[in-house]
Amino acid sequence: MLTRRSKMSLEERKGLWGWLFIAPWLVGFTLLFAVPLFQSVRYSFSELSLTASGLQLDYTALANYRYSVMQHVDYNRTLVEAVVNMIVNVPLIIIFSLFVATLLNQRFKGRMAARAIFFLPVILASGVIASIESGDYLQSAMMGGGADSNAGSGSMLRSFELEKLLLQSGMNEFFVVYLTGAVDRIYEIVSASGVQIIIFLAGLQSIAPQLYEASKIEGATGYEAFWKITFPMISPLILTNVIYTVIDSFTNNDMTMLIQETAFQQFNFGLSAAMSWMYFLIIAVILFITTYLISKKVFYQ
Amino acid sequence: MAVSADNAVHRHKTVPEMKRGKKKHLTLDKLKSSTWIIVRTVLIIGLSYIILYPILLKISIAFKHKTDIYDPTVMLIPRNVTLENFQYVMETMNYFKVVWNSFVLSGSTMLLTTAACALAGYGFARFTFKGRNVLFALVILTILVPPQTIMVPTYINYRDFDFFGIIGLFNNGSGINLIGSYWPFMISSVTGMGVKAGLFIFIFRQFFKGFPKEIEEAALVDGAGVFKTFFRIMLPNAVPAIITVMLFSFVWQWNDVFFTTMFLDNASVMSTQLQTVGATIAHKLSTSVGGGVGAVDPFYVSMLVNTSILLAILPLIILYLFVQRHFVESVERTGIVG
Repeated sequence: MLTRRSKMSLEERKGLWGWLFIAPWLVGFTLLFAVPLFQSVRYSFSELSLTASGLQLDYTALANYRYSVMQHVDYNRTLVEAVVNMIVNVPLIIIFSLFVATLLNQRFKGRMAARAIFFLPVILASGVIASIESGDYLQSAMMGGGADSNAGSGSMLRSFELEKLLLQSGMNEFFVVYLTGAVDRIYEIVSASGVQIIIFLAGLQSIAPQLYEASKIEGATGYEAFWKITFPMISPLILTNVIYTVIDSFTNNDMTMLIQETAFQQFNFGLSAAMSWMYFLIIAVILFITTYLISKKVFYQ
Repeated sequence: MAVSADNAVHRHKTVPEMKRGKKKHLTLDKLKSSTWIIVRTVLIIGLSYIILYPILLKISIAFKHKTDIYDPTVMLIPRNVTLENFQYVMETMNYFKVVWNSFVLSGSTMLLTTAACALAGYGFARFTFKGRNVLFALVILTILVPPQTIMVPTYINYRDFDFFGIIGLFNNGSGINLIGSYWPFMISSVTGMGVKAGLFIFIFRQFFKGFPKEIEEAALVDGAGVFKTFFRIMLPNAVPAIITVMLFSFVWQWNDVFFTTMFLDNASVMSTQLQTVGATIAHKLSTSVGGGVGAVDPFYVSMLVNTSILLAILPLIILYLFVQRHFVESVERTGIVG
């Protein structure tokens, strides 16, 4: 009885320590996340103006929401584009990063160097550098026609040939266009899949080699081993990666640019808040659906 | 290990084939594995080329002389190698000061974020208290909500910053304006609300969860307190996770435009400087040459912009070269794995 009570108090004390450890985060969460989140909901339902005396909020009910959906020039189009881009890119990024992770997991000379190169986009392909790169003419001129004709016209030729080849072999036209589009956007895909490769690689390394040995003795082919061992074992990470990729594709695109411009260039804070809330709800719905669909297939050990 | 992974792709052998003579089996196997090695090498070199090509191109452009742009015989290797571009850009951007500013900002947020996230991650991983799961779900929520949603209130919050009304007591009831200083970054990183901090908390939690409990108990039995256990035993063992988080937070802060443009009006940090560098260079060229912005050669400007991007990512590349080995190795043990 006595020991049991003292154990309880130890647990309780440990719980208090836990609160202490998360205290900085908790303060930050309340002040810098929860409070702004509620304020942002309020702003979205009102007209916010900065006056000399401070903030002035006028309640306008759903006017901001109605305006952005019914009247705003760009909102609907940008939103649809963002969602379509996401749907197109996420499967490609997932398949590509799983493939590269399997490659990098094998043993070969210069594996360290190859890994270092493949993780490089994590560092370079974020934020401002990527956005400047896409709008730079000397480089695109060099990549396109001008100086380096091999790279630009070569890749055009290749994907034309590929398209014809695949169409003749009787593949569905939709898939052909999708695949050739992927070939043309290979740089975009490579640079967006750095973190995903890391996650998959970490997962591949945690699979016990005994499983492969046993399956080999039983006479399984490499193909079977991949689908019956690697794939199920790594499926929780596919879920993680899909979620990460969806969030990643939604954090930096035309939609977020539009929201920022509405707030800080047109100073229409209420409208911006309404836009971002609808955006967030759509992201949440998409994440919920994908998580639900994938988690039904996920195999947990 | 290698066998297992190789198996996954190159052995398309069916069962009857395996039962045939040993010698034939061996040669077939050899042929298949060498084919796969060739395919793999080609793939890896090709993809590495795709990743490295833009950087190589930038290096080549940066060392070129102005006349080389119009010389059709010059491709990747410049004829007149020159450092003029670097010199010009460094002067225009005030390079060393900007790098120093960026370094101070990214470095300090990196340290504070890592500390706060390690503490929170440990708290979530190792202690049981009421509402822990709800709170951790809220950590996930901070990852999911786009920063744009809380952008306006955050901005107003820092423009008129007050901590539970304490500052207001000494400042005639109004807060202080922190916009334009580094304080918003410091405050948000020390409270684990910096750039993508939720992800870091997640990484640390997963890492500490995978750590054997016995070690902690042994430390406790030996008389170490909770903090001592954390600092002397858990942290030294968490080096892979710490390196990963530090690298990510440094790099993401360095490249971040969203928060820097919001919190700093005329920031002289790298990411915001890069956004306007084209215009700055064009302006400087036009004033030195005369004849307005229209008279500026766009290809020359583009060449200088390329050089400035190269200069901007140079510190990151140097940093990456140093920590790369640890980083790549640590990935294997970080336990990002759910």
